[in-house]
Amino acid sequence: MSTPFTPYVAGSALGGDAAAPATQRHVPLHGGDANPSAGALVHQFGDAIRGVHVVRGETNVLVARERLLDVVRWLHAEPSQRYEYLSDVTAVEFRDPEQPIEVVWHLRSIAFRRFLRVKVELAPGGPLEVPSVWEVYKSADWMERECYDMFGIRFAGHPDLRRILMWEDYREGYPLRKDFPLRGRFSRSEQLRQALAADPEARYSMEELSVADAFEDLPDDMRRRLRAGEKAGE
Amino acid sequence: MGLTPRPEPALPSGQESWVTTKLDFLVNWARANSLWPMPFGTACCAIEFMATAASDFDLARFGMERMSFSPRQADVLICAGRVPFKLAPILRRIWQQMPQPKWAISMGACASSGGMFDNYAVVQGIDTIIPIDVYVPGCPPRPEGLLYGIMLLQEKVKKERAADPTLRNEMDPDPKSQLYIPPSVIDELSEPFGNSVHQTRSGL
Ligand code: SF4
Repeated sequence: MSTPFTPYVAGSALGGDAAAPATQRHVPLHGGDANPSAGALVHQFGDAIRGVHVVRGETNVLVARERLLDVVRWLHAEPSQRYEYLSDVTAVEFRDPEQPIEVVWHLRSIAFRRFLRVKVELAPGGPLEVPSVWEVYKSADWMERECYDMFGIRFAGHPDLRRILMWEDYREGYPLRKDFPLRGRFSRSEQLRQALAADPEARYSMEELSVADAFEDLPDDMRRRLRAGEKAGE
Repeated sequence: MGLTPRPEPALPSGQESWVTTKLDFLVNWARANSLWPMPFGTACCAIEFMATAASDFDLARFGMERMSFSPRQADVLICAGRVPFKLAPILRRIWQQMPQPKWAISMGACASSGGMFDNYAVVQGIDTIIPIDVYVPGCPPRPEGLLYGIMLLQEKVKKERAADPTLRNEMDPDPKSQLYIPPSVIDELSEPFGNSVHQTRSGL
């Protein structure tokens, strides 16, 4: 199942005579040149791209929720885009309750030296659900779990959407939401009681326990060592 | 505060023989000068703890040469840093795994009281989880501060009497709630103070 490792070389798609990257100076707060990928996205997806904004020289693309997965898939696979790297998944809730919650994906094209911020707006009162990009970027796994843990946003299609920072049976809500009190909802003694009730050794999911199932996917040398009796980490 | 002071050690006065007191002296002298610390560094205070252990301040001068990274061979738990609620059962487990005689030092404002982190994730005072012998204030305490705390602990160890029946009291937590001090006391101890009384409860 393991695929051979091909290194991504920064700027490799730009050709040999591309200028070396330089730190930009005097970047305006708004406006400036958009990332060429934004134009390509508008051309490819039309109405599904709700807006393109350039903020501090970085391009934000607002995408319709239904098409998000298509957009991300295309950005990843299309040879003229090559966004190989998902560096962050997060969300923004504004103080104004009328304003939608934004879910944000930070994409980076190593080959083209480009950075693109993709956003989806979740209308207030609507379901907090967006498609998971886990099938395109495996690194989305824990970042989406964190976003779910802190904001309560569900990522449809995520293989294992559990809390990651707070413990799994944390019952007070989603800490980074604006309606979450800083000290939590329960009294201190109740919080402590619930925390102490947790069994620190019962914190593994079935997936983490079934390491043996993954044996066949391990590299050859590791398999050899394990077969020779080496313990797989204490 | 709703805290009741710890009961005075009930010493059988006048019944301790010369042999027991001399034996106590010897045992305490040996123990106090060979305390093995279990460093439980959870945050920035641990950096200062490392400085204390390194050559400039040299914890080894106090018989703490050997850091014990296993609770089962440790005498002193030094909790250096804030304790989140998620860590509370783990810290409690580590404390219970340490064999008697054992002591605990709470290093820094966060471990002792929650410090500036009066929020949903941080335990407001490590003493709501495990009993503490010495609190070292500071954010972080300077190595001298920690060394002074360690010396205070050594003083305490040297004053122990084997005849004291409460000496190795494990303070078992309540089996139902796992708390060993009453919930009302915990709530009272964790009341916001200073600037944190002004924080909004609704967050909006
Ligand atoms: S007391 Fe200060 S230095 Fe120590 S853990 Fe807390 S914030 Fe960090």
